[in-house]
Parts: sequence; C-alpha cells; structure tokens
Amino acid sequence: MHVQSMHFKARAGQKLADARLQANLKKLSTNWVAGRARAITELDDFEATRDDAIARRNRALANLDVWIERFERAATARGATVLFAETPADASKLVVEIAKKHGVRKVTKSKSMVSEEMALNSALEAAGIQPIETDLGEYILQINDNEPPSHIVAPVVHKSKDEVSDLFARVHKRPRLSDIPQMTREAREFLRPQFLSSDMGVSGGNFLIADTGSVALFTNEGNEGMCTILPPVHVVVTGIEKVLPTLDDLAAVARLLARSATGQSISNYFSILTGTRAAGESDGPQHTYFVLVDGGRSGLLGGEFQEMLRCIRCGACMNHCPVYQKIGGHAYGWVYPGPMGSVLTPSYVGIENALDLPQAATLCGECHVVCPMKIPLPDLLRKLREKQVDRGLRPLSERAGMIAWRFVAARPALYRPMVRVASRMLKLLGGKRGRISRLPLARGWSDYRDVITPTGPTFKERWLRRRAGR
Amino acid sequence: MKIGFFITCLVDLMRPEIGMSAVKLLESAGCTVEVPLQQTCCGQPGFNAGDTEAARELARKFLAEFEHFDYVVVPSGSCGGMIRHHYPTLFRDDPDIRNRIEALCARTWELTSFLHDVVKIDRLPGEFDGDVTYHDSCSGLRELGVQVQPRALMALNPKIRLSEMRDARACCGFGGSFAMKYGNVSSAIVDEKVDNIQASGGRCVVLGDLGCMLNIEGRLRRRGDDTTRVLHVAQVLAGDA
Repeated sequence: MHVQSMHFKARAGQKLADARLQANLKKLSTNWVAGRARAITELDDFEATRDDAIARRNRALANLDVWIERFERAATARGATVLFAETPADASKLVVEIAKKHGVRKVTKSKSMVSEEMALNSALEAAGIQPIETDLGEYILQINDNEPPSHIVAPVVHKSKDEVSDLFARVHKRPRLSDIPQMTREAREFLRPQFLSSDMGVSGGNFLIADTGSVALFTNEGNEGMCTILPPVHVVVTGIEKVLPTLDDLAAVARLLARSATGQSISNYFSILTGTRAAGESDGPQHTYFVLVDGGRSGLLGGEFQEMLRCIRCGACMNHCPVYQKIGGHAYGWVYPGPMGSVLTPSYVGIENALDLPQAATLCGECHVVCPMKIPLPDLLRKLREKQVDRGLRPLSERAGMIAWRFVAARPALYRPMVRVASRMLKLLGGKRGRISRLPLARGWSDYRDVITPTGPTFKERWLRRRAGR
Repeated sequence: MKIGFFITCLVDLMRPEIGMSAVKLLESAGCTVEVPLQQTCCGQPGFNAGDTEAARELARKFLAEFEHFDYVVVPSGSCGGMIRHHYPTLFRDDPDIRNRIEALCARTWELTSFLHDVVKIDRLPGEFDGDVTYHDSCSGLRELGVQVQPRALMALNPKIRLSEMRDARACCGFGGSFAMKYGNVSSAIVDEKVDNIQASGGRCVVLGDLGCMLNIEGRLRRRGDDTTRVLHVAQVLAGDA
C-alpha cells in the first residue's frame, strides 16, 4: 500500500472537521471500550492470563527461526507449500505466480491486513485476475473505489449506515435499503455466486502453529470458510512473526484476542486449518500455500523494538487512543493506524517517511494499559522520537529550542533570573484577566486555547521572602 | 522527617501558590520542608522530545541536589512519573548512578500519595467548601498509580463534595509539545474533557498536574466559560482556594 503518512497533519485536520466520522468514532469507542472492560472481568484472573500469553509469545519470538522451520516442516508434511517473501511486493509476486500456475481468474479474499501491506488486489488486477473482498467491511471498501480500511478490526468504522445504503444502491443497482440485516442479505446475494465460482481463496492468518503446521483464523462473518475450504487453491498470507509453537499457546492467546478487540469472549467463527484435502475427505483445498512475509519484521528481532512483534492485532490500542478517537485511521496514512501503527509504520516503511506518527501521541499510556500483550507502546514511540533526533530529522526550530532549553535548565544561575523575567512579562501581557488570547510564537497553543499567565512572583521568590521573614 | 521539595518548573513559573499550598500541607503533617534553590526542571521535555542526553544531565543534577533528603515530594504526577518511572531507565549502562538513582526514586513521591500512603494524614490544615470533580492526570495515574489518594484526602473534608465526571481517567489532550504541534487534535481531545467537566455539575475541576491545568483552563476560557474553576488538589486540600 502506498505510504501517505507524511500527509498526517493535513489529513488529521480534514478528519477533525468530518462530523460523520466524529459521530462514528464516538460510537466505536463507547461500545468497544465498555465491551472490553466487561469481557476481561469474565476471566478468573485477567492479569495472570495476560502474563501467561505474553510469556508464550516471547518464547516464540526468542527463537522465531526455529519455530518457523518447524512450522514449515509440519505444514509441508501435510501437503502445503511454504514460501517466504522478503518484501510485501515479493509476496504479491508469489501470490500472482501461484494464481497463474493454477490458471486462476477469480480470487475470493477473506480479511487480511498483510494483504494490504502487499497491495495484493492491485497486483492481482494488473495480472488480469479479479480479486473479490468477501469480508463485509472490506467488500464495502472495495466497491467504493478500493478505499483503504481505517481500522484493523472494523475496516469501515469511518462510514455510517447511510453512506453504505447509498453505495449499495448505486453499485448493486437495486432499491435503496436502510435496514442492516436486509443490506447484509443483499451483499450476501452478490457474494454467493462469487464464492461458488472462485478459483482461489486468499486469507490472512491470525496465528501459525509450528507443531501442527496449521493456520488459526478468527472471524465474525463466516465468509472465511467459504474462501478457505471451497476453492481448489487456498493461499494464506501472513507475517513471519505470527508463529506460535503449540496449540496450547494458541488457546492461551485466543482467550485475549476477541475480548481485547470487540469485547466478545471469542469471535463468532474460529478455524484451525491444517493441510490440503486428504484422500477420502470431501472438502478442503487441493492446494494450500503459505506466503510468509518479512516486510521489515526481522529488522525488529533482537533489537529495542522486538516487543512490538508480540502484537496480536486486536486494535485495543486504537479503540482507547485519544488521538485515534479524534482523527480515525486514514490520517495515519498506511495500513496500520493508532498507537501500534505509529510504531509499525516508521519501522516498516522508514522513519523518515512517517515523521509525524511518533510525535502525534500524548503519551497518555492507556494503550499500554489495555494492550493484551503489554507492549510498551509509549516507550516505543519515545524511542522513535529519539531516533528522529539522532538522525537529525527534527526541524531546525525544534532543535534550536531544545538546545536553548537544555542550556538554561542546566544552569541555575541563568535559569532563576530568566524564570523571574518570564513571570513578569507574561503576567504583564495577561493583564487583569490573567490570560492571553494570541501569542505569536505559540500559535499551536493560542489558536485553540487561552494562554493562562503566571500569578507571580515565582515560587522561589516567595520562598526566599518567607525564609527572610522568619 | 526532612523533605526536599521539588517545585517543578511549571509551578515555579505559572502557579507558585500551588507550591505554597503543598508546603503548608507537608508542614502541617509534621515534615520539615527544604527547597534547594538550584533546582530547575526534571528533564521530561527533553526526554519526550527524544533528547535522552539532556534528560540524563538533568537527572544527574536532581540526584546531586536531592540525594541527602529523607524524602523528595513533587506536586505533579507527571514530573513524579518522570523521576520514579523513567530516571532508572536512563542509566541502564551505568550501575553506579543507577543504584543511587533507584534508591532516591524509592524515596520520591507525588504529593497526594506521600500524604496518603507515607505520612497517612487524617486531617487537613484548611477549609474548602464546594462541589468539585476530579480529573486523573495520565502520568500520575498510569505511571504512579495515583487514583484513590487524592480522592481519599478530599474525603477528609466533608465540605468538599466530589461528583465524578464521565471518563475522568481519559487524557485531556495536553501531552507536552503535542499540544503545540497538533493544536487542532489536542483541542478536540480537551473539548471532550471540558464537556465532561461541565456536565459533572462540579463548579470546580481539581487535578494534580500543571500541564492538564493550563490546557483545561485555557480551553474553558476560550469557550467562554469564565466560572468553572480549575484548581490543583494541593490548593483544595490546604484550603487556600
């Protein structure tokens, strides 16, 4: 997917002005935040469950190469083909080659964020193959001129029912519907023949199981089964970090995924798919492929960002993020939005291509609190800021400001008189009301808020006066 | 008990009376308060901007100025969090300083947790009569676990009537330089906070951090609300407001 993260500021401004988006985001945050809060209380001991799952993810990542090899052996033994791609573009090429090899003309897709990294749909289209998104949200986006998703779990959270009604009426050329079950039924009517005539199914993979060579998929709509079992070829595209050693590990992580994401105890559908159709079996693909994408992931292994690879893509961080909740996912400009996206995007597409993302955070810490994998997202964002400084990527004015601040803060003999002067000057500017409505050097502040001015004299002055009076 | 009072740069400059209220609370609890006048800033602006070296320099300075006290008290969850939570991480590769910093961090407290958890005060030195709502500031809440302490202390005075606002734990949108760099996003976040404050029925929002204070008060006034008061918890507890 084309990286647009350098346009963060402009896009964020547009999103703030979008009343419909604001209303939709409000609904999402209220429902899912409350849902998660309720769902984690269903577990006897949420903290212990979380610590256990984290330990299991850490164990997988500590020897990722070993588990990937074990996965490859197990999957191959069950008749699947395991392929590796260094870049998302390489992965797209592999999927196109697979499609060509099997004479595929139509591909039905289940939801996959990695396929967004790969820009898979446009690669397939360029090769004359028709991709069809079958997740309802992704389908809506595809028929709306291939709009990108704005949330990793709820891709159309930015859209209202009315917008979808209009879109369906226009694209399906049917009378406009306003009842959600009816709209869903209409989408199903359009998708059903596609499922039945599909030559190849593509799905993501929530987890890969090294012991058994399986892929685990969590979905809510049931379209996944139609993509993975019905067509003769099934291709799984997912990241190399998704490997778990055992089914026990999967069970541990599964207790947290849907609870953290939507507040469900488990998703409506949960599949563990292993191998191709065996002799005597009546369903399942004849050919199964795994395309495992690196796409920058191995660069995080063994370094200060390794913890980010624990991410299980639940979206809790964005559901609870004050910034995401105001601007939605599109402002972030690539595949992954919110706090996890603000760490992943610069890590995968280059720090210099996403300068705003690590800065556009209040570091409030709520993402770290709710993350089922306890990924220290604020610390990682701060480390990315550090890298921007180290690489000289901050604007000159900011660098000069920091140098001046440090110089003064380290020199009490200079600091104290300067604070005294600042106190008096600001107080004077604030006048009787004690505030300034426009401060030319601090427009980012004063365009939106009054500048509250000092009450003066400084604490140190008052303290010295008190001490002298004793 | 000899307390080193870390004023914080924003209290020193913007709201010195908060520092005086904090001192009043500490002295009435039987503490001897000293204020090293060489102190400046905890280094958080540099730390959050990615200038770790600057943060390290100011952490060393803090160590030199406060190491000899029994306790250090800070009227801010944000600066307190910087010291207790982040200072040790700055000296990962320097075990000597790290040990000293960790020992000092263990004796460094945010004001309300010091009064509630360490000296365990059971009465307040002044009077305050009013309806208030409390905003949990992010760093104090999530880095230091400050949540019950300010509420329990306010409950010592039955004339402080607390009505909780919706989403009291949600960020106010300040975030240091974030508020300047992304003023529009920040103000959308603080708008929600201000709505919740106004809907709570409290005539006064009480909080424990200057950053949130300047942000919330600045937005309230810009929206034309000149009556909702914004007070630091020290002012309310000391009866100085």
